[in-house]
Amino acid sequence: MNGALGLYRAGTSPLHRLPATAKLTGLAVAGAGSVLVDTPAQTAAFVASGLALYPLARVPVRVLVDMVRPLAWVLVPLAVFQVVFIGWGRTVVLVGVILALVLVANVVTLTTRTTDLIDVVVALCRPLRFIGVDPLRVGLALNLAIRCVPLMADLAGEVRDAQRARGLELSPRAFVVPLLVRALHRADDLGDALAARGFDD
Amino acid sequence: MTTHPEAHTRRDIPLVAIFAGVVAALGVFPAINAFGGAVPITAQSLGVMLAGAILGPRRGALALVVFLALVAIGLPLLAGGRGGLGVFAGPSVGYLVGFPVAAYAVGALTYAFGAPYRLVWGIVASVVGGVVVLHALGIIGLVLRADLSVRDAIAADLVFVPGDVVKAVVCALVAQGVHAAYPGLLPERRGTSPRSAADASV
Repeated sequence: MNGALGLYRAGTSPLHRLPATAKLTGLAVAGAGSVLVDTPAQTAAFVASGLALYPLARVPVRVLVDMVRPLAWVLVPLAVFQVVFIGWGRTVVLVGVILALVLVANVVTLTTRTTDLIDVVVALCRPLRFIGVDPLRVGLALNLAIRCVPLMADLAGEVRDAQRARGLELSPRAFVVPLLVRALHRADDLGDALAARGFDD
Repeated sequence: MTTHPEAHTRRDIPLVAIFAGVVAALGVFPAINAFGGAVPITAQSLGVMLAGAILGPRRGALALVVFLALVAIGLPLLAGGRGGLGVFAGPSVGYLVGFPVAAYAVGALTYAFGAPYRLVWGIVASVVGGVVVLHALGIIGLVLRADLSVRDAIAADLVFVPGDVVKAVVCALVAQGVHAAYPGLLPERRGTSPRSAADASV
């Protein structure tokens, strides 16, 4: 399972060198600005600028296509449906804006390390301290969770193999219950390990 | 002195992190593909409901918030191996935002019913949270993001309701098994705690 590896693609392009905060701000600006896009011409310009980021980030076309393909499965039926109800112009704007924002958002994901993004999340949590959010705990939870993804995938594999070895049907209940019970015990172990390192409450 | 089970905060961070991983693992299981693969009907929403049913409202919702944060950070954890910030710009954003809210709803009802876990109440909790709440938010997302009328959004959403109702029942069955094998998570129902029995004997 490649869940732990992430979608980030290492590189040295100008977009890679840009700090995470700058890219996320750019994305937020694009999102806010997208509500002003009204006409098919503006939409085309918006999509074109989104696309232009990909050669700038030195992302191969194949990667771009792979990321956009699932979206196409949803956008094409939507477009076909909406053309009937809201007409060509508005449909182009609707679908184009979604496409443009997804393009911009994906290029941020492709060029920004997960660790840098976690730092941004933790930094964003600092003003939330007054409602009881501890940024350090947030960072801990995120880093821990990243490691738990392959851990749980391995656990799921073990449970599946154990069930198969017993010749049992892989019914959802027969599989998920042992998985969750083992996961809960793992959480206990993790809690003990954290406490041993002084992360007690 | 009764300690509310949710007050064991030392376990909270590991539970939340582990369950975020569980939701990711359950997203790997392909079930049926609707619309030729556009929207895989997977076990992922089962994970959402289970987070609430097992961990309760607060931890369950946090597990889904952490899960969404991991997706936003760039891990391909959504069903179909999707991830990154782009998924939040698409038409299914309502469902994504709905994940933690649905988990909260399932957890609030499940933990309110308390121990021992009763299947009928469990199904009610899972259906209210996993189907009603999740799909309501998904529909709102479709209306806002895909410019669909409420009626059309409901029609589009309806395809997934039967599958999720089945998953809600599965969730309740699983939760029943898990709470039996790993007791101590659910709060005692009022009037059944040992203390009230002791008082009655005075």
